[in-house]
Amino acid sequence: METSSVPRTVPGVPAALRGILPVLVAVPVLVALEWLLSGSPFAQQLTYRVGVNVVLAVSLNIVNGMTGQFSIGHAGFMAVGAYVSSVLSLSLKEIALSFLPVAVSDQLFFIAALLVGGAAAALCGFLVGLPSLRLRGDYLAIVTLGFGEIIRVIVQNTAVFGRALGLSGIPPATSVMMVGFWVFLTVLVARRIAGSSHGRSLWAIREDEVAAEAMGVDTTGYKVRAFVISSFFAGVAGGLFAHFVQVINPNSFTFVQSMEIVVMVVLGGLGSTTGAIVAAVFLTLLPEALRSLLPMLTEEGSSLSSRVDQIRMPLYGLLLVALMLLRPQGLFGTKEIWEVLPRWLPRRRKGLA
Amino acid sequence: MAQLLQHLINGLAAGTIYALVALGYTMVYGVLKLINFAHGDVMMVGVYMGYGTAYALGRQAQKSVLGVVLIFLVAMAGCALLGFLIERFAYRPLREKPRLTALITAIGISFALSYGFQLDIGFLPGAAPRAFPEIIQPSEWLIIGDRDVVVWNWQIMSLLIAVGLMVGLQYLVFKTRFGRAMRAVSYDHRVAALMGIPTDRIIAVTFMIGSGLAAGAGLLYAIKDTSVNPLMGLFVGLKAFVAAVIGGIGHVPGAVVGALMLGLVEEFVVGYVASTWRDAVAFGILIIVLLVRPGGLFGRVAAEKV
Repeated sequence: METSSVPRTVPGVPAALRGILPVLVAVPVLVALEWLLSGSPFAQQLTYRVGVNVVLAVSLNIVNGMTGQFSIGHAGFMAVGAYVSSVLSLSLKEIALSFLPVAVSDQLFFIAALLVGGAAAALCGFLVGLPSLRLRGDYLAIVTLGFGEIIRVIVQNTAVFGRALGLSGIPPATSVMMVGFWVFLTVLVARRIAGSSHGRSLWAIREDEVAAEAMGVDTTGYKVRAFVISSFFAGVAGGLFAHFVQVINPNSFTFVQSMEIVVMVVLGGLGSTTGAIVAAVFLTLLPEALRSLLPMLTEEGSSLSSRVDQIRMPLYGLLLVALMLLRPQGLFGTKEIWEVLPRWLPRRRKGLA
Repeated sequence: MAQLLQHLINGLAAGTIYALVALGYTMVYGVLKLINFAHGDVMMVGVYMGYGTAYALGRQAQKSVLGVVLIFLVAMAGCALLGFLIERFAYRPLREKPRLTALITAIGISFALSYGFQLDIGFLPGAAPRAFPEIIQPSEWLIIGDRDVVVWNWQIMSLLIAVGLMVGLQYLVFKTRFGRAMRAVSYDHRVAALMGIPTDRIIAVTFMIGSGLAAGAGLLYAIKDTSVNPLMGLFVGLKAFVAAVIGGIGHVPGAVVGALMLGLVEEFVVGYVASTWRDAVAFGILIIVLLVRPGGLFGRVAAEKV
């Protein structure tokens, strides 16, 4: 493994602005996006999916990339968040705060549902984090996989969650602003963690757990906390997902879903937040691009859109194998995207911050 | 009482199939310290090879003793070759890399195989489940009372095969030159190489034996279940892995005991609780066993090296 990069503060920005700079950048971008996409439902749906996948990939990266605890059950946490927030939304559907406009009140309830869903997922993350005290490497991977499956079976057998039929009629509350807000928050938290002393402890655990323990790092605490934070955002992502597809069932959150997120994290580079974002955006848009491209290239257009979905999964498998053989650190390794940009692009000066 | 006895028999029969798959897991793990995630999918490929051979033979020939032997041989040899290729081109280049790398590769291969077989391009079978030909006529071997308890011939057959293979493997590992080499490689493959053991060849052959066993187990499974599909390997493989871990991964009799236990527990859950809880119980047992005895029932916990 290459040595982990340490994020630097942005040079040339006044100290007073540093804290709120991300917000100043994010708000106009989100408003512009909301306005630009308001005309096209298709583009909106695509943005939702990209956003949800970015949240999932960035949050999984906190556990898999930064802490080096390989979890392959992320869809389980997503399911917890999706189901809990959906049940909440469904039961609060008719209630509105009368002193507020309906839209605002709905969004407030939506945020509350997302937070509760995230909290429920975080609780599950805590439970999954605990076995990681004793298990490492491949064993932990299998346990997380098992946990994801157990969650799925529990959901399948619970009447409140609609058993195998799932839940339908979930209010379509997701908006570009909301997805954008959570993407922003997840990325901010991930970057802040990476740059903090907390993050350095995570890197230490990732590089050599035994050595980190010997140096006095409370490996248990850090690992559990990484799991909790990561699964909180997975739960929120699940809630966002449920509130735009409007129908969820246990089959929406299988092992396959978990693997898609793992592929994003591995492709982007275990430990690189921007890598996870780039890979999530790329892998979400790629099938769509192929779907619209393939019919133009070949004659039989009808079966091709289903073929794209068929080919996607085996390709992900081969992509994982090829990555591990050719570039095991992923596209960006542990570095962030601005650290690997070509030389001719304007770069930040190193060591002068 | 009769019901209990019947569940016991069914559970043991299910367990023997897990045991056969688990033996392959345990062997590969013992030598390479790698969870071969793709093991179940190799099994699936073996089943499809057997399926193809059976259809190539035709309805009459596939039911003769010779036909059945041929089907097993083709599937096992084909899977041994597949195992060799996977080991040679996917795992061997990664042998000195962190174990996580190999695990991700294994997951990748598993995905490529199980979802690749769902395509319906060329010779690939497509996603729809298919009926496996009845190469062995199921018949009741033992009937107690008014069909209260029924033992089928294939149940006896797979039990005998599993126990036979377990004894054979124990012999191979502990009484032969090859077995001694395997144990040496398992202990420390670099030192073993220095001592003149052809490490690469030992690992490759172990892989081939494990994959061949998977194919045999898969065929027994297909004879029992009669329905085959490209995703069957994923979950049978995971269950077998759970069984191997319960017994203590790397421990041959442990794998069999773990698999029989898992089969029994699953059968009782299906019989007395609900079939939908089956998978959750398997993973629940896995997590509990790992928490209480991280090395499994028969395994030892290796000291952590810095």
